Amino acid sequence: MTVERDRSNLPPLSLHVPEPRFRPGDTVDFGEIEVPPAGAQRRPDTADKASSFHELAYTMVRVLDEDHRAVGPWDPKLDPDTLRKMLRSMALVRAFDERMFRAQRQGKTSFYMKSTGEEAVSVGAASALAYDDMCFPSYRQQGILLTRGWSLVDMMNQIYSNKGDRLQGRQLPIMYSVKDASFFSISGNLTTQYPQAVGWAMASAAKGDSRIAATWCGEGSTAEGDFHSALTFATVYRAPVIFNVVNNQWAISSFSGFAGAEATTFAARAIGYGIAGIRVDGNDILAVYAATQWAAERARTNQGPTLIEHFTYRVEGHSTSDDPTQYRSAGEPTAWPMGDPVVRLKNHLIALGEWDEERHAAQDLELAEEVKRSQKEAEKNGILGHGMHQPFETMFEGVFEETPWHLKEQCQQMLDEQKAAGL
Amino acid sequence: MNMIQAINSAMDVMMARDSGVVVMGEDVGYFGGVFRATAGLQAKYGKTRVFDTPITECGIIGVAVGMGAYGLRPVPEIQFADYIYPALDQLVSEAARMRYRSAGEFIAPITVRSPFGGGIFGGQTHSQSPEGIFTHVSGLKTVIPSTPYDAKGLLIAAIEDNDPTIFFEPKRIYNGPFHGHYDRPASTWAGHPGGEVPEGYYRIPLGKAAVVREGSDVTILCYGAMVHVVASTIEELGNVDAEIVDLRTLLPLDIETIEASVKKTGRCMIVHEATRTAGFGAELAALVQERCFYHLEAPIERVTGFDTPYPHSLEWAYFPGPVRIGEALKKVMKV
Repeated sequence: MTVERDRSNLPPLSLHVPEPRFRPGDTVDFGEIEVPPAGAQRRPDTADKASSFHELAYTMVRVLDEDHRAVGPWDPKLDPDTLRKMLRSMALVRAFDERMFRAQRQGKTSFYMKSTGEEAVSVGAASALAYDDMCFPSYRQQGILLTRGWSLVDMMNQIYSNKGDRLQGRQLPIMYSVKDASFFSISGNLTTQYPQAVGWAMASAAKGDSRIAATWCGEGSTAEGDFHSALTFATVYRAPVIFNVVNNQWAISSFSGFAGAEATTFAARAIGYGIAGIRVDGNDILAVYAATQWAAERARTNQGPTLIEHFTYRVEGHSTSDDPTQYRSAGEPTAWPMGDPVVRLKNHLIALGEWDEERHAAQDLELAEEVKRSQKEAEKNGILGHGMHQPFETMFEGVFEETPWHLKEQCQQMLDEQKAAGL
Repeated sequence: MNMIQAINSAMDVMMARDSGVVVMGEDVGYFGGVFRATAGLQAKYGKTRVFDTPITECGIIGVAVGMGAYGLRPVPEIQFADYIYPALDQLVSEAARMRYRSAGEFIAPITVRSPFGGGIFGGQTHSQSPEGIFTHVSGLKTVIPSTPYDAKGLLIAAIEDNDPTIFFEPKRIYNGPFHGHYDRPASTWAGHPGGEVPEGYYRIPLGKAAVVREGSDVTILCYGAMVHVVASTIEELGNVDAEIVDLRTLLPLDIETIEASVKKTGRCMIVHEATRTAGFGAELAALVQERCFYHLEAPIERVTGFDTPYPHSLEWAYFPGPVRIGEALKKVMKV
């Protein structure tokens, strides 16, 4: 028998629906974001237990200070050549993005995604990892390929889906796959790469290999089930893997609050799993480098996985199909308190006396030229929709190792149709 | 051997031959699996090759895909096919397309084993037949054995195959052939020709059906436990000379054997336990119609489970047994 209860004196419940602080037209004030001073965070030994440095998941590791100096225990103490190399890679990402964004607007391809403002995340990590450590990227880590010196023409062929595209025109632009550069095939389904990276890392450990895996996802997609499955697997088997959460504040038009950012940090996700969690200034490439190096050492010495939250900002739209002016204040990118990662490293090098504005401007020009030259080269292989694509039959190849009868029949049907249509 | 032992033997043989073969899943390690299919493997091959996993199907398959990309040959177990749905995205969007989307740079040579099908009072969460979902996906192979001999030979072929394969094991016949009557116990595999299983290595190629009974009146297309239900029904009826084709692999499908048989008999019936609408029987009916229409003397009949969730207490009314098969045979033979 049910008990009837009079609830009339209880206050009504209310549902909290998160709302970003600024919408179009609002004046931006990021004063609420706590930016701890550079150099203030301790750097635990890589053999320390994850439970002994929980505070690193809630604060922010920063190396570059307001005077452009590298300070504190996380300073990776890189030599000027390495710093210049990283600066060049970041600038190359930006030049590549500019050119390819324009190519999409010119109708040469269907789609593009820039990583403006987030260049340090991928370039910093790729600089700290070994070339043969396996990367399971999301869609905004082209900086890994560019840092690893991969051919711009090859990447552009993929973006144009032309006859030079190694992926045979099957993937959406920017969804590269470069096994030779230890860069895993990118999926459009979010965070599916997370358990895959763990599986790869587990296999490497089971085989007594010394290579580790690293993977990236956006803060929004930490809500996916695969994210949590991956962290569970990784902690259970102490997989040598680095989880990177790129907190760029926006998942298309949904702000990070819809992934839980109002309640905690994304680095703190690690704590419940017993995984090392660390939050870094994602616009400070030295912090990104240092954290990756530290996590890699943990992985390589069988201390298990690390989750790094890169606190950064997506300066541009989500993709060429997005219009951020419709949902966020135009003032956000310039008001972002962590600055521009390229400018910050440039200023650091200048402060060291290892760089100057003239050389920087000259490098920008040189990189723009290199990208332009590569684009011309790639366009010799065709642009999307202009006929210089892969042979039609390739559509049916590679679904299986050996093509079964039904695909052979469908291939023949297509060829017959085209013949009948006089194509 | 029974089917469990044959499946165990297949994994044993492959683990001994190839150090890249790893077995993973809930309870598959020390305990050897809830159906004992992996019994003894961890003791023999060690914990890094046979290990228990967390209860996360998307994690199990996602990790297997990553291991496959590394160069291993994972054999993940999903404890019941009913629980494969959380892993669907990893199977459909990832494993199935890995070769295609990376133009062969990365492959997913994984073999997903999972007990499926009803008739054991497993209720709606331990009885389903989801094979039609996977045959609809480009890039997956789907295999369903009907005897221990086939189970071992097909599983070996699946593990050796470089494409992702869904290997559904009809748990109703793990211990012996099943004749479709709820009140009769399954007989044992001992004495059944399909129960004679060699200890060592042999393979049955994927994509080759078996004509398990030759006949001239009607072709009956079936697979898994239904092969035995159909065979015993034909024997009980005694008045229909049916040709029974055990498909063994749903994709790739052995269309040649199907076409030759239907053209010979002039009639076709399709039997599966899965729900009817958009089930694999619909694809078979369409293929037979496209290829054999002028040879058909009667409309194609489908005998299937009903389009309801699997009902626990009424599962014997749901199950396509000899009564339903007999009625359909009358219809297909009358014309």
